[in-house]
Amino acid sequence: MGLTTLLSTVDLGWVALLSPEIASRMQFGWTISVHIIFASLSIGLAPFIIYFTWKDVRTNEKQYARLRSFWVKVFAAGFVMGTVTGIPMSFQFGTNFPQFAEVAGELIGGPLAFEAKMAFFLEAVFLGVLLYGRDRVTDRTYIISSVLVGFGAWLSGFWILIVNAWMQTPRGYEMVTRNGMEVAKLTDPVAAFLTPRMPWMYVHMMNASVISVALLVAGVSAYIVWKKPDAEAWNTALKLAVVLLIVSAPFQAVHGDAYGRHVADTQPQKFAAMEAHYETGQADLHLLAFPKSPDALTDPRAENLFTVSLPAVGSFLASGGDFDAEVIGLNEYEENPPVALVFWSFRFMVGLGFLFIGLALWGGYLMYRGRLSDSTRYLKAMIAASPLGYAALLTGWYVTEIGRQPWVIQDELRTSEAVSSTLTGTEATLTLFVFVVVYVGLILTALYVLKWLVREELQTLGVRESNEGRWRGPIPVVSDDD
Amino acid sequence: MTDQLIPVDSYLVESLPEIWFGAVLFALGMYVVLDGFDFGIGMLYATRTDEQERETFLSAFGPVWDANEVWLVAFGTMLLAAFPRVYSRLLADNYLLAIGFVLALVFRGLGPELREQRDEQRWKRYADYAFVGGSVVAPLLFGMLAGRWLFGGATLPVVLTGVGLVAVSVVTGAAFLAAKTEPGLASELRSYGIGATLAYLVGVVVLLGTVVLTDAGGAADTVLSLPVAAVVALSVVVGLGGSLLAKRGQYRVWLASALALPTLLTILVAILLYPTIYPPTGLLIREAVVSPLALNLVTVLGFPVLLLVLWYFKFLYGVFSGPIEGDGYGG
Repeated sequence: MGLTTLLSTVDLGWVALLSPEIASRMQFGWTISVHIIFASLSIGLAPFIIYFTWKDVRTNEKQYARLRSFWVKVFAAGFVMGTVTGIPMSFQFGTNFPQFAEVAGELIGGPLAFEAKMAFFLEAVFLGVLLYGRDRVTDRTYIISSVLVGFGAWLSGFWILIVNAWMQTPRGYEMVTRNGMEVAKLTDPVAAFLTPRMPWMYVHMMNASVISVALLVAGVSAYIVWKKPDAEAWNTALKLAVVLLIVSAPFQAVHGDAYGRHVADTQPQKFAAMEAHYETGQADLHLLAFPKSPDALTDPRAENLFTVSLPAVGSFLASGGDFDAEVIGLNEYEENPPVALVFWSFRFMVGLGFLFIGLALWGGYLMYRGRLSDSTRYLKAMIAASPLGYAALLTGWYVTEIGRQPWVIQDELRTSEAVSSTLTGTEATLTLFVFVVVYVGLILTALYVLKWLVREELQTLGVRESNEGRWRGPIPVVSDDD
Repeated sequence: MTDQLIPVDSYLVESLPEIWFGAVLFALGMYVVLDGFDFGIGMLYATRTDEQERETFLSAFGPVWDANEVWLVAFGTMLLAAFPRVYSRLLADNYLLAIGFVLALVFRGLGPELREQRDEQRWKRYADYAFVGGSVVAPLLFGMLAGRWLFGGATLPVVLTGVGLVAVSVVTGAAFLAAKTEPGLASELRSYGIGATLAYLVGVVVLLGTVVLTDAGGAADTVLSLPVAAVVALSVVVGLGGSLLAKRGQYRVWLASALALPTLLTILVAILLYPTIYPPTGLLIREAVVSPLALNLVTVLGFPVLLLVLWYFKFLYGVFSGPIEGDGYGG
């Protein structure tokens, strides 16, 4: 008897509560949520790594060597976590959603293979050089290695988003029968790779990664500057991060607005879920929305919310200028995504986006006045904001992915049809549980690693820790006791 | 535009599906060979108690393991791109094995990374458990997965395939380390390597004998063919010859012969799978392969990149060639 048979015969009763579909969706959603944090960390850190490496090698200034060494360590830890969480994900297409893998294999297999061969190898090979090869390669090769690592990270996102964008707005294929199953056959590679969604998604995702990492770098720098105001390297890093935020945060809002219009055109159901718009017709835009009752939290129909709304602006945004434009409502569809999750995720993301713009402008003003490192209030705000980029990035993904339900390939394949037919609820629930436990451990570990790196840096800077005025916030504290 | 550049209704060359079968198994072979010695190092690591020696072991594969592991992703995605039915059935039919394997990889990958983050005994011990445990379980389950691919549900051949992969990983791990460390340590590793070689060779013979006797996966006839006999004979010669060279302290040649063992194992897998790419279902290469345009495209875009990747690897192993110095490779 094989392992699979053995375990599937164990009846654990309460474990079998989740259906294979739900458990698989939760498992994939959870895995990708953790993976995406580390993947976007690589993407967002890439420009910092390249810049610090280049400055270090060219100017020989100590501060850049320090910044390079610190952030390369973070990058490396993130990359390892990205690898170890990415491999299970690539397997889950087969283990949990084999019908999807088979139906879409011809369309998604190529880009995924290109990701591995063009991007993943590049990143892994040259990260080895970047981490261990300082004394073994020339300066030039060393700088080039950092560029190739960064390029690999961005290229990896490109191929992955080709796959995801195709799932949102599929093109370039026809359905044929192969081995007794309806599968997608590639007919036009250009159309299939460069789907309407691709450029939108790529720009939005890369910029989101840059914002998230800029906030993280700013937060860590702010913490160290707060502890050690004359730390030259960290003042430089803080300034750099804030400058990057000033460019990227407002851009994301402008871009996001246009992206929303594109979603309204190509996935009206998702757009309606984002706005909790049920009746077809003119749509308002809810600037602020709070539930009137607990019910409205899970079913946010517009009338069940306290809203500050701009009448007809939803129509205006969806159509790009027409206040009377008709927006299709959710009632037109037989099945809808979990509207509340999409609606609140979207609001959370947008709200944070505006907060980031505020932080960027505030930082810009302080920098203009030459007081960036002196404002304790700003430093504290940046420390508190350091994980928020990731919160926005994740909720953005929930809008994209949950908003597409019930489809896994928009209007072509339902998620319920994509799930493994041989998978049992027990197996799926059991592995979901294991993934949750292991990955929670992973996230905690990543946070500890960051904490230790920061503490080590402070010790190098000669900061003696005391409990006086210590930060009691989301970043683990620095102390002498462990 | 593409229509003129890439044929839509016919494969670039008539035998492209078979070429892709070869390419997929090539990626599998690269994974088994390269990550195999990483696993072997992980298992041999458990035999060391000296902190310095442990550090040396970790330094030996630190710069390369991540790149080695990418061959698994290359293998999986190439299988998906060319033979989606095989990819999806293989993983869906072996759900817990596959998930167990990737989780073992999680622990194997994290162990060394975490270990160096903190200078504390208990912390290091936990990191070491994760590293050693992952290094044993991952090849065992991956081998079992391969066994299920080849022989379907038959238990003994499946388990033996897993054990065989564990043994051959110890051989390559020992040889790799012996070639990179000082003579005293190397001669200790040598005895593990030779023991594992013998275990591996016996295991392969028992495995194939079992397959012939029970006709597991309907592979009895294939096993009794000349190509299989040749590969097995070659494995025995290479394995025993390598062991003799190891005894004489010729570690670099031993390494070459040790790496030949998992290569031959992959060739054996290829022979057993050809032309029925998924024996449990009787699915043939030509039936499982994607349509011409898709396969032509991944060929035209992917093969040049594959060559480039091989060049990166030559560069990477070049940068970190030679014996490990006292403090690893430096940072």
